[in-house]
Amino acid sequence: MKMGERKFIISSSPHIHDGSLTPRIMWGVSLALLPATLVSFYAFGWDAVRVILVSMVSAVVFEAIALMLRNRRPRQAMDGSAALTGLLLGLTLPPGISNAMIMVGTFVAIIVAKQVFGGLGQNPFNPALTGRVFLLIAFPAPMTTWPLPRDLTSQISSLKSFLGLAVERHADVVTGATPLGAVKEHMLKALPHINMGDLFFGLHTPGSIGEISALAILLGGLGLLVARIINWRIPLTIIATVFAVAFLYYLAVPPKVSGMSPVSAAFYMAVFHVFAGGLMIGAFFMATDYVTSPIFPKGQIIFGIGVGLMTIIIRLWGGYPEGVSFAILLMNALVPLIDRYTMPKPFGWVDRRA
Amino acid sequence: MISKTFRGGIHPYYGKELAASRETEKLPLPDQFFVSLEQHIGAPVKLLVKKGDEVKAGQLIAEAGGFVSANIHAPTSGKVTSTDPVDHVSGRKVPAVTIKADGNDEWVDLEPVDSPESADPKTLLDAIRRAGVVGMGGASFPTHVKLSPPDDKPIDTLILNGAECEPYLTADHRIMVEKPREVLLGALLEARILGASRLFIGVEDNKPDAIKALEDEVEGLQLPENIKEISVVPLETKYPQGSEKQLIKAITDRNVPVKGLPMDVGVVVSNVATCYAVWDAVYNGRPVIERIVTVTGRGVVEPGNYWVRIGTPVSHLIEAAGGYEDDAAKLIIGGPMMGFAQGTDAVPTMKSTNGVLVQTRDEVQGPDFAPCIRCARCVEVCPMNLPPFLLAAAAEAGRYDVLDQDVLFSCVECGSCAYVCPSRRPLVQFIRMGKAYFRGQKKGK
Ligand code: SF4
Ligand code: SF4
Repeated sequence: MKMGERKFIISSSPHIHDGSLTPRIMWGVSLALLPATLVSFYAFGWDAVRVILVSMVSAVVFEAIALMLRNRRPRQAMDGSAALTGLLLGLTLPPGISNAMIMVGTFVAIIVAKQVFGGLGQNPFNPALTGRVFLLIAFPAPMTTWPLPRDLTSQISSLKSFLGLAVERHADVVTGATPLGAVKEHMLKALPHINMGDLFFGLHTPGSIGEISALAILLGGLGLLVARIINWRIPLTIIATVFAVAFLYYLAVPPKVSGMSPVSAAFYMAVFHVFAGGLMIGAFFMATDYVTSPIFPKGQIIFGIGVGLMTIIIRLWGGYPEGVSFAILLMNALVPLIDRYTMPKPFGWVDRRA
Repeated sequence: MISKTFRGGIHPYYGKELAASRETEKLPLPDQFFVSLEQHIGAPVKLLVKKGDEVKAGQLIAEAGGFVSANIHAPTSGKVTSTDPVDHVSGRKVPAVTIKADGNDEWVDLEPVDSPESADPKTLLDAIRRAGVVGMGGASFPTHVKLSPPDDKPIDTLILNGAECEPYLTADHRIMVEKPREVLLGALLEARILGASRLFIGVEDNKPDAIKALEDEVEGLQLPENIKEISVVPLETKYPQGSEKQLIKAITDRNVPVKGLPMDVGVVVSNVATCYAVWDAVYNGRPVIERIVTVTGRGVVEPGNYWVRIGTPVSHLIEAAGGYEDDAAKLIIGGPMMGFAQGTDAVPTMKSTNGVLVQTRDEVQGPDFAPCIRCARCVEVCPMNLPPFLLAAAAEAGRYDVLDQDVLFSCVECGSCAYVCPSRRPLVQFIRMGKAYFRGQKKGK
């Protein structure tokens, strides 16, 4: 080729990039949920596999349909964000929920909470949580039926139902109250026995399939922190706020735990609130959702404290045993406001009133 | 030693090893030069030659069209064959003088300043102005103007910018290693003109040889009495360390106000290559017709550094660097962060051309981008503490009403935000669109 005749690509600077890619981030978050997913498989067997499969696949299908209706390339549905929403929703459901209900949940999450607002990046509310809260309100009974994990009868029946063999589903399932539900019921009476180890490892406590093991969530959360996909601000402020308020509350209203001083009982209960229910998954995976959380550092701290406060207020004084989902959705609504007031001033900013 | 720095910024692959240790070679003169008449910020020049004229190297061929303007000289001896517009870095065609070299490279008589160490500032400034010195780091602002701040802006500090934070480029690196004495003498002249008492030379700590060379020279330097403090300041290797406001912050901890200039905080920043040009202008009476250009990137066969006469076509430079690799796909004047992609290598070098970068096909990213996912990466890295995602989104949507102009124009277009955006959004392009809108509006009034 002769010099001076070669044609080159023209584009605006910069001409290099660090290689990061949105789909890779989304799939990375899903990967961080792998420990929790595996624990759910182990604890609830085929039911958990079914719930997560149905949730993820239907979320992606709804996304693809919506993209087609909006004249976008349906291939975008594989950008990982819909699959992540499906996975997150699935992990917050009880294992016995029916496939139809799961699909109602993913429909609300993908279509109503996300695509109606303009798709990726435009939705004010966390899609997975919106789907979950909708199910909770629409189907309160199935959404709060908690089979015990590793229960053999339910394992067998769930395998049958997975394979399409069972006619009578879950008639024989042994159910139990979630630890949070139990605490709520017994609040001012004697505390039921809660094994903190069970809560942490998650193998013997009833609960949503992905929320039973604080350890599994923590592992994934640490992975996100190390990979710099999320930063510490939101999860840490949520956990610290929940812990602090719970501790103070139980100091003021001492629970009766046999063989414990009031202070250590309060400490015990504060730790319990951190590990119980959806707090861990909420703090690390839901509240940190880029699209629906504040973008500036100060705002992230305000947001985290807000979520922590709301959660513990609902748990201690509200009508529901669990408050993480509501707390995050409520704070989601405040994000535009928080962003507006926490926007940093440009370097060298001079106050214009001066 | 702890290297100084600023808040924000990025750590891209620097790619400096391709050319950093290549000693600067004299580039053989091409047959034809295209001397652009748009090489500085300010008033346009007045053309002094016409087609058919014979010129000599160093001869004034276009005269500054005002105080804020800069002379342009012939890069070699030969004949003016055209004054028609030619390709310009900006992508437009702009007026230029085409000179067919006669191969003799005959020079005009040069008039150096007598005993520069004692010459009065006016004489020095005049020599700099006559030589057509402009900011050689890329800004192209006439140097004699920069060195004449108004009386109500006293300058106490001169900072030499040897950060060279642009990845791949090594032109400033080489001049610091090869000509440290000349650079420092030029800087002392500038400091004397400004009446500055402090002289700092900021160099990123990935150039230990440059730091050493400068420190050695500083030691043997006879300091004029106005200089009370002089030191070479190692800076953290982080982009955009060489951006003026970030450099001033890192070295002096002073904040240049929004819409303000370094002189508002008593500082003038001068690029090391500019200091060399100042030295050349004063000590040798030589105008700016030559500079160091780095030719680099995976798309050229043999990256290196060259003394290049202004107006040399880029194609000639590439030839000297062994030609293109087969998969060369993108030609950039300047560095990968702030450089300008060129459609053709017929474009000539200018006073501000510090590098030519050729990227291969697999280094070039596609034009596809996705919606903003509010990941906050752009916010984290912006050295100016701006919300790039917001500025870009507003400009993209044409919502100029929500854009604060002071915030928008604070953007230095360093590209850090776009570099880290996982949705690959062309943030800088959108921000430039926003700026262009307001500039157009101002003109329309
Ligand atoms: S880096 Fe890109 S995706 Fe992330 S907030 Fe900025 S513009 Fe949005
Ligand atoms: S907004 Fe401007 S100053 Fe900030 S990182 Fe982007 S290009 Fe650089």
